Amino acid sequence: MRSIDGAVLDLKRLDLLATGDSAIHRLDARAKVLTTLVFIVTVVSFNRYEFTALFPFFIYPVVIASLGNLPAGYIVRKISMVVPFAFVVGMLNPLFDRELFFHLGPFAVTGGWISCASIIIRTVLTVGAAFILVAVTGFLSVCQALERLGTPRTFTVQLLFLYRYIFVLTEEGARASRARELRSCGRKGLGLASFGSLIGHLLIRTWLRAERIHMAMLARGFTGEFHSRQVSGFGWGELFYLVGWSTLFVTLRMENAAQWLGRLVMGLLS
Amino acid sequence: MSHHIVEVKHLQHIYADGTVALQDVNFTIHHGESVAIIGANGAGKSTLLLHLNGYLTPTAGEIRIGDFPLTKKTLPEIRRTVGMVFQDADDQLFMPTVFDDVAFGPFNLGLPVDEVKQRVKDVLEQVGAAHLQEKPPYHLSGGEKKRVAIATVLSMSPDILVMDEPTSGLDPYARRQLLGLLRDFRHTRIFTSHDLDMVLELCERTIVLHRGTVKADGPTLEIFGDEALLAECRLEKPLSMQGCPVCGRGK
Amino acid sequence: MHMADALLSPAVGGTMWGVAAGTIAYSSMKVKKELDDRKVPLMGVLGAFIFAAQMINFTIPATGSSGHLGGGLLLTILLGPYAAFLTIASVLVVQSLFFADGGILALGCNIFNLGFFPAFIAYPFIYRRIAGNEPSKARLTAAAIIAAVVGLQLGAFSVVLETVASGISSLPFSTFVVLMQPIHLAIGVVEGLVTAAVVSFVSVARPEIIRGATESVSLGSLPLRNVFLSFLAATLLTGGIVSWFASENPDGLEWAIAKVTGSGEVTGAEDGVHGMLAALQEKIAFLPDYSFKENAAPAEEGVAYAGEAKGDEAARLGTSVAGGVGALICLTLAFFIGFVLKRRLVSEK
Ligand SMILES: Nc1ncnc2c1ncn2[C@@H]1O[C@H](COP(=O)(O)OP(=O)(O)OP(=O)(O)O)[C@@H](O)[C@H]1O
Ligand SMILES: [Mg+2]
Repeated sequence: MRSIDGAVLDLKRLDLLATGDSAIHRLDARAKVLTTLVFIVTVVSFNRYEFTALFPFFIYPVVIASLGNLPAGYIVRKISMVVPFAFVVGMLNPLFDRELFFHLGPFAVTGGWISCASIIIRTVLTVGAAFILVAVTGFLSVCQALERLGTPRTFTVQLLFLYRYIFVLTEEGARASRARELRSCGRKGLGLASFGSLIGHLLIRTWLRAERIHMAMLARGFTGEFHSRQVSGFGWGELFYLVGWSTLFVTLRMENAAQWLGRLVMGLLS
Repeated sequence: MSHHIVEVKHLQHIYADGTVALQDVNFTIHHGESVAIIGANGAGKSTLLLHLNGYLTPTAGEIRIGDFPLTKKTLPEIRRTVGMVFQDADDQLFMPTVFDDVAFGPFNLGLPVDEVKQRVKDVLEQVGAAHLQEKPPYHLSGGEKKRVAIATVLSMSPDILVMDEPTSGLDPYARRQLLGLLRDFRHTRIFTSHDLDMVLELCERTIVLHRGTVKADGPTLEIFGDEALLAECRLEKPLSMQGCPVCGRGK
Repeated sequence: MHMADALLSPAVGGTMWGVAAGTIAYSSMKVKKELDDRKVPLMGVLGAFIFAAQMINFTIPATGSSGHLGGGLLLTILLGPYAAFLTIASVLVVQSLFFADGGILALGCNIFNLGFFPAFIAYPFIYRRIAGNEPSKARLTAAAIIAAVVGLQLGAFSVVLETVASGISSLPFSTFVVLMQPIHLAIGVVEGLVTAAVVSFVSVARPEIIRGATESVSLGSLPLRNVFLSFLAATLLTGGIVSWFASENPDGLEWAIAKVTGSGEVTGAEDGVHGMLAALQEKIAFLPDYSFKENAAPAEEGVAYAGEAKGDEAARLGTSVAGGVGALICLTLAFFIGFVLKRRLVSEK
């Protein structure tokens, strides 16, 4: 498991990126959420042996990351943290799917290897799209977009509360586990009983905090309703963004642009 | 106005686990007064404050705010009159951005959007946090959080301001700023604090709590002059009233 | 046990999105109806608590390896089914967006697998039945273990079904089941032990928390039938629509596109829009040829397919090499465009 402090810092960094100010950042969040969904659905709709046709899709995350002025190294690092998991899952495919597809020099390439590679590329694309969505939109705006797209208020309020207190509670958790480590004389891990009481303490403190927050809400006239202001609107720019990207994705889904390009270049060369 | 009198009569509070936190507490605070409630850890200060806006219900005794006794029916009205700032600003700032947080109260009062925006702008300027408007609370420093927390309460234009340890965790500059802010507040102020110098500066009257009972109630200077009382209640004179440790001269 | 986007087909992902969305809507309505506005901050903070708790590891007894709390059952014990379901769902949303645990399309699956079973099956039908109102420590532990195991077994089985139905992983159903279920049996036992440890600590230190939680969910008033019915309706609806798409054409999406663009039965002038659409339709019909026809379950048609495969090998190699070269060019092009865009952005500033 990742270190607690690291995870919190990481979360803060991703969150701070969303405070950037670029044309992409300024777009209404609904356009970005919907475009991301279309992107992911088209990417995963390829059959499992499709590999090369996935590559043209890189244009989307790369362009958005650039226009949104995101630090490329950071995004790549975040994505590469997930790739090993995809690799482990994908590696099962060559074991079960040994059907020969073609020979690449001395190597026999089986369907399993192709689908394994496909899984990894899918992972990079879908995970990248999710990170980039948050980095150019921000969690708050994503939630507002969800609400305006029909998500029940109860749930979006829950998301916002959760997100707000992740920062407070992970820090609290980090303090508790640091205190324990300092007294555990280098022994790793935690027995069940002491884990129970450590987490139990954390839980009780959390509970009391919820009571205090509730008190603060009541003190300011809370009656069960949340009010919010409208921030941005869905204009022509948003429509253009959504329709433009979706058209591109669908086109790339139907035409293997990589195949075409490859044929073209190889034709020119021969 | 008899409106903003705070009257506490024979107040007793016993927590669910049997802890007697308050025992026969009595006092009256008049409009415009600035009163400090001091006492050792666990003396019952926070418990007392939580009664003033009806979050805790007295086990016995009565509380009156202005002309109303504190009952379930008068609760909404009383919560609007009494603005309370809690000890931990993280408990108070629960909305996604500073703006939303400060606007939370005014929206609940049913004010129109434009007026809410204006109010938010005004109070944030008042506490020197106008530049933080769009930030999420978890990106603020402790002092900034405190200032915003105060803004959230001021935005409801309370007639009585109640604060639990307002200066804890503030750097000297932020503390100084806060003192200025509180001095300018025209209405009744009630604080608890371990910052006795602040008490000396801001409050003409002090109530000393000791193990859940009122041990003393009077002019601040008089109370800090009573060394026997302070020692008994595990308190000390404010630094500014103690002798100078370098040259040895008293004030 | 998080499903990932990369292993999902749009049909399965979409169906489960529908199911999860329906359950969220229903639970939101229920929570709102309860009118216990204390729960608003409580759910939020407890969700955040799960993050904090998952970062603290414990040693799994008798193995020396370490694990962390899942939290689904614990949340349900503290909050009751509806509020707990929403809380778990919110945790999964944040995990998918910030930590790439699961993915956006896989959210529906994950919310269902990790939220529905503990909240609506394991807790009301197992935990509450066994634990009752004032359980002894042994009884509580037994209830927690059995409930956690059942919840996780159902969740794991559901992962298997979703993965196999998606057909991206080649893992055969039986192998996958044999892999998943025993692992989750062990995980479930540990989860139950940990949940029991936390619950019994809290019920000693602050009994009112646990007591309040159990009182707020009286068993009799739990209209689980409604949940099931709406869940069933949602599944039938979304699943029906999606599989109808899918059966018309193995690649449901293309079919859907063709339908949406209206190229179906429309006959008319061969020029203008209709001409284009007709061309598009031809394109679609031709599509499966450039890649490999197989979509799911290649094992069953293995023999016929293998014969075909040999004959086509040269052609395939050709296609694949061209594709590979093209892929590289695409990647280079994409990053070049990105680089140029960024340069322009920086120089503008
Ligand atoms: N929720 C609770 N349940 C039981 N006992 C409590 C609870 N909250 C406070 N107490 C007890 O009531 C007494 C008064 O607590 P209170 O918080 O009012 O003290 P305080 O004067 O504000 O102290 P501090 O200076 O540390 O803030 C203490 O003995 C405390 O242990
Ligand atoms: Mg206190």
